Amino acid sequence: MQKLKVSLLAASFSIAFSVHAADVEVLHWWTSGGEAKAAVELKKMLEAKGHKWKDFAVAGGAGDNAMTALKTRVVSGQPPAAAQIKGPSIQEWGNEGVLASLDDVAKKEGWDKLLPPVVANVMKYKGSYVAAPVNVHRVNWLWVNPDLLKKANAKVPTTWDEFFITAAALQKAGIQPLAYGGQPWQDATVFEAVALGVGGSDFYKKAFIQLDPTTLSSANMIKALTTYKKLKPYTDKNAPGREWNLATSMVINGKAAMQIMGDWAKGEFLAAGKVPGKDFLCVAAPGTAAAYTFNIDSFAMFKLPNKDAEKGQKDLAVTLMSPAFQEIFNLNKGSIPVRQGMDMSKFDDCGKKSAEDFKATSAKGSLLPSWAHGMAMRSATQGAVADVISQFWNDDSMTAQQASVKLAAAAKVK
Amino acid sequence: MSTSAQEAQYGFAERWLPRLVLAPSFLLTLFFLYGFILWNGYLSFTVSRLMPNLEWTGLAQYQILFENERWWVAVKNLFIFAGLFIGSGMAIGIGLAIFLDQKIRGEGVLRTIYLYPMALSFVVTGTAWKWMLNPGLGLEKLMHDWGFTQFTFDWLVNSEMSIYTVVIAGVWQSSGFVMALFLAGLRGVDDSILKAAQIDGASLPRIYWKIILPALRPVFFSTLMILSHIAIKSFDLVMALTGGGPGFSSDVPATFMYAMAFTRGQMGVGAASSMMMLATVAALVVPYLYSELRGKKNGE
Repeated sequence: MQKLKVSLLAASFSIAFSVHAADVEVLHWWTSGGEAKAAVELKKMLEAKGHKWKDFAVAGGAGDNAMTALKTRVVSGQPPAAAQIKGPSIQEWGNEGVLASLDDVAKKEGWDKLLPPVVANVMKYKGSYVAAPVNVHRVNWLWVNPDLLKKANAKVPTTWDEFFITAAALQKAGIQPLAYGGQPWQDATVFEAVALGVGGSDFYKKAFIQLDPTTLSSANMIKALTTYKKLKPYTDKNAPGREWNLATSMVINGKAAMQIMGDWAKGEFLAAGKVPGKDFLCVAAPGTAAAYTFNIDSFAMFKLPNKDAEKGQKDLAVTLMSPAFQEIFNLNKGSIPVRQGMDMSKFDDCGKKSAEDFKATSAKGSLLPSWAHGMAMRSATQGAVADVISQFWNDDSMTAQQASVKLAAAAKVK
Repeated sequence: MSTSAQEAQYGFAERWLPRLVLAPSFLLTLFFLYGFILWNGYLSFTVSRLMPNLEWTGLAQYQILFENERWWVAVKNLFIFAGLFIGSGMAIGIGLAIFLDQKIRGEGVLRTIYLYPMALSFVVTGTAWKWMLNPGLGLEKLMHDWGFTQFTFDWLVNSEMSIYTVVIAGVWQSSGFVMALFLAGLRGVDDSILKAAQIDGASLPRIYWKIILPALRPVFFSTLMILSHIAIKSFDLVMALTGGGPGFSSDVPATFMYAMAFTRGQMGVGAASSMMMLATVAALVVPYLYSELRGKKNGE
């Protein structure tokens, strides 16, 4: 009995101290195919620098489970070195006073020059870097099945007016024009693209970044809402609750002609053996060719109790921004490197176009954070705004006017 | 001398053993249930967002909660769901129990068939009914394939009707359980009373209505208690069946609480909403416990 007690005690101590000095513990939810491969690459690079990688992977795509696990660890005073946190959530964690500064690394590596200012601002809390970005997803893409368009004798739309002409032609030919997944975040993703296409980037900035109440209930917003609702007859009845990848596979299998979705959809096309430019087209969502809504994954760094661990954490930050990691990770994930001036020759046409547009829009000031993906608003505000959009889409008795008033009210939620 | 020592020892054991045996579970319950209720109650008066934050803010979180349209949709849905779920579940369950009580052949098999849905988790029920009610996969498609092309049943994807699909799945799952409870109760009713009533010339429906069902009052109440607390904390069924959608039209307070506290960084609002749920449960349970406990005392 006594012996058992001693060994139990020993075991519990060894668990308690297994997070020792040189470990770099990273919380992430890269558990699906390509993402997991990328995580292994990161591990290799970090171990080459003499650190021990400690994996803290929590399954669940949107990261809700991971965030719950993270809260528990931070409350108990044992945060991981880094965690996958993005957008204004970085500010929310910053407000809790648990994030570590990366300023010395950023200065040495010249992050201010490597990152567009819009992106750099997201990574900073009160002026100092607290997070390292890993990739850029473009959200305002329209994925097109060119064979179906040819069958209906329709053009690839570049404006919303053209879109409705194309959609009508497709419907006449007996083809479902738009693949749609009816989940609140997908409603928000599509609406975001519509609003940007209808109102332009200044309107987008005023409405969704500055949350200006007059813009949110303006005539432009009502027009955006009306246009968005006009899409509904071109979707099918089974859309509510459908996952985004099932909607993508409708385009792949020729059951629907188009989908509005971020570039993670490309992974589905490629996995199905389709070739960009031939079997499927990636074009900017109608009316948004000159703008770019981005969704950036990043790792926020937590304050750690000892110096050795801090060293590992800083090396992790350097590795995340290194050209080698940025290339291999983004080739696997379907996104593009956030680091500027990279060689894009290994990327496919969609990736190359995305990188060009990223640079061009950054110079023009039309590089915009995607609010549907948590890059522009705090999670509470974003949730409230997405609720209105979802309700408007699903409730046929609500008018665009009413929805715009509700939007202005939702934007006040803090 | 020796006998009194023995007595004293026995007395000690008799006095302390039950307390000792019960102490661990009592303390665990006290801490992990009532302690956490107090903690949650405290959180609902703080500014907590992403993580617990003990800065006091009074009733602000409740004010945010009451101004939130989604909360009121959830409350309304709870009343629709609870009313229909308990009402229809009870009616169907009692009906099944009465039919099964007619000394029919194969009762054992039928009883198992009816009770079986209760063995499934709500997640399985929700997922299965999601497929059956989906217009493109289930019932509606089946009817169309059979040639009834006018048939429509799209409640699952209709934001006005989605909460009723939750009722359908919930009733399907629970009515067999209600049947089992009532069947046990029916079997406990004294035969001689029934015989006496039959000799007096009472018809079978009249015997059930006037004698048997009133005798089942305690069963009735315990079933009501069980079903109403299932209804108030229903989370998994809604999550699996509709995910709270389309939009948030089939949200219930439990799914609302989860969304606020865990995905939106509004822990204070989440805590406030769960206090409201606790208040609802308490409003049902406390009068019941009160009447039960007082009834026993009078009985003694």
